[in-house]
Amino acid sequence: MKDIEYAAPKTVAEAVAILQDKGDKARVLAGGTDLIVQVREHRRDLDVMVDIKKIPDVMAIAFDARKGLSVGAAVPCYQIYEHPEIIKHYPGLVDSASLVGGIQIQSRASLGGNLCNASPAGDTIPSLIALEGVCVIAGPKGMREVAVESFCVSPGKNVLERGEFLVALKFPAPKANTGTAYLRFIPRNEMDIAVVGAGVSVTLDASKTKCIAARVSLAAVAPRPLLVAEAASSLINGTLTEAHLDKAAAAARDAAKPISDMRGDAEYRKHLVGVLVKRAITIALERARG
Amino acid sequence: MSKKIHVTCTINAKEAEFLCEPRQSLLEVLRDDLRLTGAKEGCNNGNCGACNVILDGRLVNSCIVMAAEVEGSKVETIEGVADAKGLHPLQKCFLEGAALQCGICTPGFILAAKALIAKTPEPSDHDCRLWLAGNLCRCTGYDKIIGAVQEAAKLCAAK
Repeated sequence: MKDIEYAAPKTVAEAVAILQDKGDKARVLAGGTDLIVQVREHRRDLDVMVDIKKIPDVMAIAFDARKGLSVGAAVPCYQIYEHPEIIKHYPGLVDSASLVGGIQIQSRASLGGNLCNASPAGDTIPSLIALEGVCVIAGPKGMREVAVESFCVSPGKNVLERGEFLVALKFPAPKANTGTAYLRFIPRNEMDIAVVGAGVSVTLDASKTKCIAARVSLAAVAPRPLLVAEAASSLINGTLTEAHLDKAAAAARDAAKPISDMRGDAEYRKHLVGVLVKRAITIALERARG
Repeated sequence: MSKKIHVTCTINAKEAEFLCEPRQSLLEVLRDDLRLTGAKEGCNNGNCGACNVILDGRLVNSCIVMAAEVEGSKVETIEGVADAKGLHPLQKCFLEGAALQCGICTPGFILAAKALIAKTPEPSDHDCRLWLAGNLCRCTGYDKIIGAVQEAAKLCAAK
């Protein structure tokens, strides 16, 4: 690896100051599973890695039944899928965190890193979107918040400006009769990049028969992960019969604008979108019904 | 050149300190500076698991951990797996079960399996295959490795 500096600020303000000073030549180091490889393979030209893991806020998980969940940007995946309240209330996050790389990667990789890396195929991003995640961003002008679906811009690009970094992801308080799920398709059994990913959230009424809210998100079918409002609206107010699920799947297929590459051609990916959306809704429904 | 960083940590239950360049990975420091050459460089990008070590109780690829990050941490490498009484059951079972040929992947597999057994004392075939998906072997195939891990798990449980 080329000669670089390593900085380990202990406060948000210190991290912002370094990132502001160095601009594009600085990059936040969370789990490092993307960044270290990118720098070593000359895909990213850096002067300094800014290790944020000494900042308490970025390593914390906080849950409150009324306020919701906050996950520090650098919290490793295993802490997410081993957290009792996340397992209970936010199973879509557990699905995603359990699919990122293998065990070794899950010891280090984080939701924040997966999101900031802004891969169209990031396995956690559809769940972050489906679960109404909000990015808490620190920068030279103070804090700001951005909905996760507006965070990624294009492959590898996000909305962070000079001096800014992602501190945490916030999720609303758990809603009654709600289920979330994430599914992806890969040709192997594990350790691969999604050909298509689908994240879903479904909320049922008190009788658990009618859908009153839904969100559907897709990965690997556009330059950035998508929130597909049309797929969700074909579920809302419905009784979630096979026909409703088929309509949602069709809406998701229409919204998908995949490219053809080594992982799958566009037509195949569109087909997969329909299959995965339907299956993910079915799992989310089972979880919503409890 | 960037200024070297002084790091204090625990390696295989012994206090250790080293000076590293900020650009060095944990794997590079272990192998090139501390002469702990059990961890191997396979892919050097986090895919193959040959460089596995246990960092603060968690299995990691040491090629994608910066050396400067381990300040204050506990690192366990393959050199710390056997003790004064002899080989660890995993090491014995890998030998007896012929679960290696060239041996490059073996230290990584043994540390990964050690982390597995610590979490799941009686791993099923599926548990082993899923957990060890991040460790690649290009010689033996995986059946003998899985067999050795399950055999070792039994020995560990019987202790």
